[in-house]
Amino acid sequence: MENDKIKIPSPTHYAEPEKTYTTINLGPTHPATHGIFQNVLKMDGEIIVESEPTIGYIHRAFEKLAEHRPYAQVTPITDRLNYCSSPINNMGWHMTVEKLIGTKLPKRVEYLRVIIMELARISDHIVCNAVIGVDSGALTGFVYLFQEREKIYEIYEEICGARLTTNIGRIGGLERDFNQIAWMKIEKFLKEFPLVLKEFENLLSRNRIFMDRTIGAGPIELQNALNYGFTGPNLRAAGLDYDIRVMNPYSSYEDFDFKIPIGTQGDTYDRFMVRQEEMWESMSIIRQAIDKLAKLEDQTSFHADVPEFYLPPKDAVYNTMEGLIWHFKIVMGETEIPKGEVYHCVEGGNGELGFYLVSDGGRTPYRLHFRRPCFIFYQAYPEMIKGNMLSDAILTMSSMNVIAGELDA
Amino acid sequence: MVEVTKAPEGFEGPGFFATSLDKMVGMARKNSLWPLPFATSCCGIEFMATMGAHYDFARFGSERLSFSPRQADLLMVMGTIAKKMGPVLRQVYEQMAEPRWVLSVGACASSGGIFDTYSVLQGIDRIIPVDVYVPGCPPRPEQILDGVLRIQDLVQNESLRRRDSQEYKELLASYGIE
Amino acid sequence: MTALTNQVIEDTLRNQFHDKIISVEAPYDFLTITVSKDVIKEVIRFLYDEPTMDFKFLTTCCGLHFPDADQKFAMMYQLHSFVNNFRVRLKAFTNDENPVYPSLTDIFKAANWMERETYDFFGFRFTGHPDLRRILNMDSLEGWPLRKEFPLEDPFRKDKDDAMFGR
Repeated sequence: MENDKIKIPSPTHYAEPEKTYTTINLGPTHPATHGIFQNVLKMDGEIIVESEPTIGYIHRAFEKLAEHRPYAQVTPITDRLNYCSSPINNMGWHMTVEKLIGTKLPKRVEYLRVIIMELARISDHIVCNAVIGVDSGALTGFVYLFQEREKIYEIYEEICGARLTTNIGRIGGLERDFNQIAWMKIEKFLKEFPLVLKEFENLLSRNRIFMDRTIGAGPIELQNALNYGFTGPNLRAAGLDYDIRVMNPYSSYEDFDFKIPIGTQGDTYDRFMVRQEEMWESMSIIRQAIDKLAKLEDQTSFHADVPEFYLPPKDAVYNTMEGLIWHFKIVMGETEIPKGEVYHCVEGGNGELGFYLVSDGGRTPYRLHFRRPCFIFYQAYPEMIKGNMLSDAILTMSSMNVIAGELDA
Repeated sequence: MVEVTKAPEGFEGPGFFATSLDKMVGMARKNSLWPLPFATSCCGIEFMATMGAHYDFARFGSERLSFSPRQADLLMVMGTIAKKMGPVLRQVYEQMAEPRWVLSVGACASSGGIFDTYSVLQGIDRIIPVDVYVPGCPPRPEQILDGVLRIQDLVQNESLRRRDSQEYKELLASYGIE
Repeated sequence: MTALTNQVIEDTLRNQFHDKIISVEAPYDFLTITVSKDVIKEVIRFLYDEPTMDFKFLTTCCGLHFPDADQKFAMMYQLHSFVNNFRVRLKAFTNDENPVYPSLTDIFKAANWMERETYDFFGFRFTGHPDLRRILNMDSLEGWPLRKEFPLEDPFRKDKDDAMFGR
């Protein structure tokens, strides 16, 4: 009788214990999340079952702030959207206002802008790819690439005086022409950067460990990516060659000849490789722009002729009545601006960065909505990491290049 | 050339060196600060540049970033702290062991910066005490390094009894921190 | 297949939805269609499903507030057809103090957070949204920040002297 009560557990009983899930809180100050994203993960051992992202930890009310600032003063806000490539945001905003007021820029200005924007794209992709390296355990690449990033900063400094939040350019052009040192530094960068980038590629792109870590981590299928509103390198890694520089060319991008790299799987490795290829293409665009600039007849203009929006030179402000009046009007935001609504988008470091501007003719935008690529594609993150390891989730996040400033606006 | 840090003032003779404990501890602490980078936005990217080879934060004995607040000496707050983030920052500060220092990097952390909006905390000194402020939006890496050097000065010259003093306790109490 | 033009879209939509299409304009070469609020989702669904249109991508959507106008609130949607490389903007106005719009989450997954953001900023409600909560602001925030009457500045700041700043 007694023996009947003793039940020997069958071996399968050990193999299939009752499912228990662990809840892990990742963030908001976790070092591997580069910024502040909180994810509450439901884990089955090492496998992520569910995750719940919380954002808004650096919500700074850009859209509200923009409604209270004159058009020229919105530029510093756009700096802080995607701070890894602020010049693209600045230019995007300037082009939006130029579209609203109907200004046509000289070719030379557009080419100069292309050079700055492509430099910014390189610096954006450097951060992303270097950080993918760091998160997969290769700190060396980070140190190599950041050395080069300093050189891009030095070029910015020659052009506008700032390093990171550049506030580059003005509505109607650039605030000053590139000086000789800037050209020299760009030449030097174009000569030296390929060597470093090649070395970085040798270090990672065919590295067995890196490939094992990244291939198949955080994949997203193309239809799903489209439905989630992916744009930029992340969409291209999933396999669609959508690039605003080609689809809706702005700033004379139609004059340039460049390839759009695409991936197939939409996983971390593809996103890494797409960004890597884009850096090469950006360098080629910069070279083409320099060649085109040399062939232009116009060698001096660096802004369009829009006295209502473009600050007059200091000499004119101090010595002429008209210059002083324009200066005062522009600084106080008293210039006439047409009513209307306009949408302009540029290919930012992370995808389609759009500016939807409603103007009521007043000194400030009536409503300004930023279409922020990070905000839109980050919502796919829980789906992308589902069924992956926790360490893959970290890599997925860094390869998506989610920038907190752009995410939370 | 590698320059080893100078010994503090003291009495030296064959086989012995005597100085006060304060100075000795101050020197040791100064050159082995473990910073906790609380990087939220733009200034964090400048901090990455500071960590890079060009500016080389490691020269000041601080290359070992401590991501755990329990082991950190120096809290470097870089970037905008939104009101939603405030409690998190405060908790991180409370988790740090004494002695602890706080470096507020950038205009946003110091005063809210250009973001005088409903959602942004107008300076982290509203919730935690700050030792050194670094201005700039964002500050250059040189400025961040300078801020760390100022912290090092404070660390070196701090009396061992400061954290037990009534004044310090009152300071913490004014922030509601036990 | 004929190329998609503003006229083609306007005619097709007018045939389909008749007087629910309130106005069609094209400021700055951007087709903007104002539709009645009760058919906004049907219009978007139609543009999504119709093979000649193929608007499969939701670029962005956001709320608008015009406190002095007859129609106080509006929702703006921007769709993109990659195949035709054509963009269209749809607007649906309402005068309701607490507007309710249909959620697009079952057509576009991207609409999820965009609608949460709009809820967070304007207080619009979206029927059929799986998880309508504040997304960027704290849950404890009162009011809807992007409505025009909401003050921009932090009300708890004491160190500002209005006489100095001239505001």
